[in-house]
Amino acid sequence: MTETSTQLVLLFAAVVGLLFLATVAGELLRLVKSEDSPVVDTFVTRVHSWWAMVAILALALISGRVAIVVLFAFCSFAALREFLTLTKKTRADHWAMVVSFYVILPVQYVLIWWGQEGFFTSFIPVYAFLLLPILSMLRGAGASFLHRISETQWALMICVFCASHVPALLVLEIDGFGDKNVLLIAFLVLVVQLGDLMEYFAGRRFGRVRVAPTISSKTWEGIGCGLLFAVAVGWSFAWITPFGVAWAGVLAGVSFLMGVGGALVLAAIKHDRGVRNWGHLIPGQGGFVDQLDSVFFAAPAFFYIVRYFWV
Amino acid sequence: MKALVAKIGGHLLVLFARFITAARAEWRGIEPVRRQRIYYANHSSNADMPLIWTVLPPALRRETRPVAAADYWLKSPLRAFAGRDMLRAVLIDRRAEHRTEDPIARIVEALDEGSSLILFPEGGRNMTQEPLLPFKAGLFNIATARRDVDLVPTWVEGINEIMPKGEIIPVPLSCTVIFGTPLHLQEGEELKVFLDRASQALSELQPAART
Repeated sequence: MTETSTQLVLLFAAVVGLLFLATVAGELLRLVKSEDSPVVDTFVTRVHSWWAMVAILALALISGRVAIVVLFAFCSFAALREFLTLTKKTRADHWAMVVSFYVILPVQYVLIWWGQEGFFTSFIPVYAFLLLPILSMLRGAGASFLHRISETQWALMICVFCASHVPALLVLEIDGFGDKNVLLIAFLVLVVQLGDLMEYFAGRRFGRVRVAPTISSKTWEGIGCGLLFAVAVGWSFAWITPFGVAWAGVLAGVSFLMGVGGALVLAAIKHDRGVRNWGHLIPGQGGFVDQLDSVFFAAPAFFYIVRYFWV
Repeated sequence: MKALVAKIGGHLLVLFARFITAARAEWRGIEPVRRQRIYYANHSSNADMPLIWTVLPPALRRETRPVAAADYWLKSPLRAFAGRDMLRAVLIDRRAEHRTEDPIARIVEALDEGSSLILFPEGGRNMTQEPLLPFKAGLFNIATARRDVDLVPTWVEGINEIMPKGEIIPVPLSCTVIFGTPLHLQEGEELKVFLDRASQALSELQPAART
C-alpha cells in the first residue's frame, strides 16, 4: 500500500466511525421516541444519504483521476440542471443552454483531466462568458436580454466553474507532496461538510441571532460554533495535508466561511424564486445544489489559496 | 425478438427521460397502487407521454397504455414500432372522415382488457399561452361507458422549456408530474358540466407561475 492509500484508508475509517455513531444515535432516538417524529426521520434519512455519498466519494478517490473527474462532472450536470430549471429563459436561450450542457461542461472537465490549468481557469469566465450571449443574440435576443444571459452565465460559474475546482486540486504540483493530491479533496470536503453539520446542530440548539432572517435559519452562534469545529477538524486532519497544523486550521476556517456565504447566497436565490429546495435527488437533503452549495463557494477559494502559497 | 427489442427500447427511453429531466412524480391526490385508472393530462409537447410513462412505477407502467393518434404514430415504420410495440399505445384515428373504427370503442376495449390509460383530453398539443385547451368529448364518452374507472388529473410541469417547438436537441431541466385526486362521472351529469369539472381539477394542479 502506498502512503496515500494508507492515509485515505485511515481517513475513511474515521469518517465511517462517525457515520456509524450517527446511525446508532438515529436508531436509538427512534426507539426512545415511540411516536413517529419527523425530525428523527429526517435525521435518519440524511444519515443514509451520507453513507451513500461517502461511499461514492471514497470509491472515486481510490480509483484515481478519471473517476474523480467523472464524479464531479456528473455533480455539475445535476446541479446545472437544477439551477437552469429556475432561471429566466426564452426560446432564444435554447442554444446557449444546449451548448452549456453538451459542450462547455464536458470541455471544462476534459481540460481538468488533461491538466490544462491556464485554460480551465479562463474557459468559462472568458470564452463561455463572451460566446453564449452571442448565441442568444443570434437566436433573437428578446425581452430581459441582459437579465437572461446573466443568469445563464451565473449558473455556469457556480455549477460548473466553481464545482470543477474540487477535482482541479489534483492538477496542483505541490513541493514535497508528491501525488497525494486526492487527500486535498478529502480534506476540503470534510472540513466544509462537518463544519456545516456542526453549524446546523449548534444553530438549532442555541442559535439566537439570525444572519439573514428572511431567507435562512442560520444564526451567528451556529456559524461561530461551526467555524470553531471546522478549524478543529482542520487541525486534527493536518497530517494528510502539506500545510502544517496552524495553516491547515486557517484554510479550514476560510473554506468553512466561504461555504456558509455560499449557502446563504443560494438560499437567497431560492427565496427569490419561491422554492424550498433546488431538487429532490438526494433523499432528506433536497437537490445537488442544496447539498453542495457550500462546497461550490469553498472550492475556488481553497484552490487559489493553495495554488498561490504552496505551488 | 421484436418484443425483446421493444422492451429494451422502453427501458432506454425511461433512462433517457430520467437523464434529461430527473423526472419526479408527485402523488398528491392518490397513491401509486395497482388500480385501473385513466390518467388524463395536459399536452404541450411530444415528450409529455414518455414522461408520464417514465414516472409511473414499473408495475404500474406495465399495465398502462397511452392513447395516441394513429395518424402521427403510423407515419413511419420506426414511429409505428415505438408507438405500437414499445409504448403499446392504443392508436386511434382522430380524423372522423377517415376512420373505420370508433375510437371510443377501441379505448373501452383496452379498458376491458384491464389496462390503465394515459389520455390527452385536449385532443392535440396545446401551442397557445393558455394552460389548457377546451376538452374534447372523448373523456366524457369514456367515463359514460365505464363509470367506475378512476379519472386521475395528471399535470405535467416544466416540459416546454426542455424542447420548445421546432427545436431538436432537448436541454436537461427538471420536470414534475403531479397526480391529483381522481374524479368520476356523477349521476345525470351533463357533458359540459363534467368536462369543466375535469378541466378545473387538472388546472388546479398547476404550480403557481414563477416570475
